[in-house]
Amino acid sequence: MTADASRGAQAPPELVQLLTPEGERVEHPDYDIDLTPEEVRGLYRDLVLVRRVDLEAVALQRQGELGIWASLLGQEAAQIGSGRALTDADMAFPTYREHGVAWCRGVDPVNLLGLFRGVNHGGWDPVEHNFHLYTIVIGSQTLHAVGYAMGIQRDGAVGENGAATIVYFGDGATSQGDVNESFIWASVFNAPVVFFCQNNQWAISEPLEKQSRIPLYRRASGFGFPGVRVDGNDVFACLAVTRKALADARSGQGPVLIEAFTYRMGAHTTSDDPTRYRVQDELEAWKLKDPIERVRAYLFKNQLADQAFFDEVDAEADELGRDVRKRCLEMPDPEPLAIFDHVYTEPHRLMDEERAAFAAYLSGFEDEESGR
Amino acid sequence: MTTLTLAKALNEGMRKAMEDDPKVLVMGEDVGKLGGVFRVTDGLQKDFGEERVIDTPLAESGIVGTAIGLALRGYRPVCEIQFDGFVFPAADQIITQLAKMPLRSLGTIKLPVVVRIPCGGGIGAVEHHSESPEAYFTHTSGLRVVACSNPADAYTMIQQAIRCDDPVIFFEPKRRYWEKAEVDTSATDGWFPLGRARIARPGTDVTLLAYGPMVKTCLEAAAAAEEDGRSLEVVDLRSLNPLDTPAIVESVRRTGRCVVVHEAPVFGGFGAELAARITEECFYSLEAPVLRVGGPSTPYPPSRLEEHYLPDLDRVLDAVDRAFAF
Repeated sequence: MTADASRGAQAPPELVQLLTPEGERVEHPDYDIDLTPEEVRGLYRDLVLVRRVDLEAVALQRQGELGIWASLLGQEAAQIGSGRALTDADMAFPTYREHGVAWCRGVDPVNLLGLFRGVNHGGWDPVEHNFHLYTIVIGSQTLHAVGYAMGIQRDGAVGENGAATIVYFGDGATSQGDVNESFIWASVFNAPVVFFCQNNQWAISEPLEKQSRIPLYRRASGFGFPGVRVDGNDVFACLAVTRKALADARSGQGPVLIEAFTYRMGAHTTSDDPTRYRVQDELEAWKLKDPIERVRAYLFKNQLADQAFFDEVDAEADELGRDVRKRCLEMPDPEPLAIFDHVYTEPHRLMDEERAAFAAYLSGFEDEESGR
Repeated sequence: MTTLTLAKALNEGMRKAMEDDPKVLVMGEDVGKLGGVFRVTDGLQKDFGEERVIDTPLAESGIVGTAIGLALRGYRPVCEIQFDGFVFPAADQIITQLAKMPLRSLGTIKLPVVVRIPCGGGIGAVEHHSESPEAYFTHTSGLRVVACSNPADAYTMIQQAIRCDDPVIFFEPKRRYWEKAEVDTSATDGWFPLGRARIARPGTDVTLLAYGPMVKTCLEAAAAAEEDGRSLEVVDLRSLNPLDTPAIVESVRRTGRCVVVHEAPVFGGFGAELAARITEECFYSLEAPVLRVGGPSTPYPPSRLEEHYLPDLDRVLDAVDRAFAF
């Protein structure tokens, strides 16, 4: 059964774009951005470096050094554009694919790998970076972000020099109850939160039609706040739209839903095989809208960067890839008794008893190993 | 000393916690003007305002999920789940996020969130309003699970739970909400540690282990047994996780017999954990197997049948008789 397309039909979706796939700068009536050449080169560098880290992580998984990896390939502009719109005081809540946002928040890329290598469940201090831990259960973090935003309100940190939260999720997550509840909470409490949905068209094997009959950004109106669709492969537009949404949230105007229209160019994770459910032509079409190529074309055409710059960024990317690889391989396995660490914040009798019993059990093997 | 119902004792405890710490918030469905369906939060919004006593939209996952976010920002939310059977929409946030986020953060995050759940039957309610879901939560590491049984403990334990830096699932015996007792509201320290059991009635022949609403039932059984010349010791566990194993072991080794009593179904219930631990720790002291009294392993029945479902004085004494028959 398919839905009757005439039911609930609306005007065709609008898309905010400031930089075309060909690298042409275009105007938009509601959004503008004024970037210095240095800032544009900075964005280009970010895009290239996070793609390089991602590539290295995929390779590490293929070589058995990571258990799994969730590639951000194709979503670099959405993540760098939105990530660079954040101030230090803003708080970000990611899914497990926001490696580009993590980069913007100053998280060492190696620390992202711990979770995927199986040495921890999250390897950075979320308070230090104002970047929460990766959340794997789909959509749960949207409620945490709204609660955090309610805390900002209670701290009196809304208004001039205010703070906001941004929460990332995908097209599939929009079907989750928690995401819908978070929309309701944000709306009712007018919370300073930006919902940043990366619509990469695929929730593992399920296309967007399995999640929604209307463009995702239009769902916001039913909850009582604005929604906007932005070209998710356009780093300028993502930066401009997110900056505006965050400014509105910080100043007390409430939540905004941003739908970054993009494409998951790789597999869902390294365990996935997209050839089973999508056609190659689709990928080829999106390759023409690559988020990095258009910035490169823009810089080149406008003579804002020379070949030496591009070579320099490529060399830096390769060096970063090597460094990430080296430090990933050096990452120590945790000690067995670490299982019991941090389960509770305060002392807990059962943890103490089981830790001691397990230590005693393990010590029996030490005797064997020492030949006694 | 002042005489308070259990509901009022909780109310006074929360009020004290809110006065002591401006980061303490109360949130849930109808907790504001109405004061909660059981009036446990009565008057708090009037005195502390809508920013601190938050009437939330009607969605339990949203309550716990946003409470986690508030805790990440430095607040200490106390969530009210209206009835036991309504906690399940929040189970995902409780089990996958609240319980595990501190571990995930390698100790950089603490989540001092209290989830209050009125539990148990005996009030003639419709389906989903009389359940005892404690075993789902005791099985989830990262949570502390406590159950108060009387006004004095309720007053102290709710404050301890709020002060605790770990998430606490706080079970309240709804059919005992209106029972009164003396409560010392002047004491602010010298409390027993959260996690410590108490001997509610000393005895020598059998240990009855209970928590929440069944403590009173066991005390009644012990009073009745005394007339038959049997001395039953009643231990109120107060905390299910962590469990005060030393106190339990001490009692059972002394009496040599143990009956565990809870409203929840026996099969896979918390009593199974108690029986297994006691068997391991007290094997040579036991005169009889540890026996369990609880609800049948069925869903909670329609309320016209609940008096048959819920353990009562006679069912407890029947188990005591069986413990003596070995």
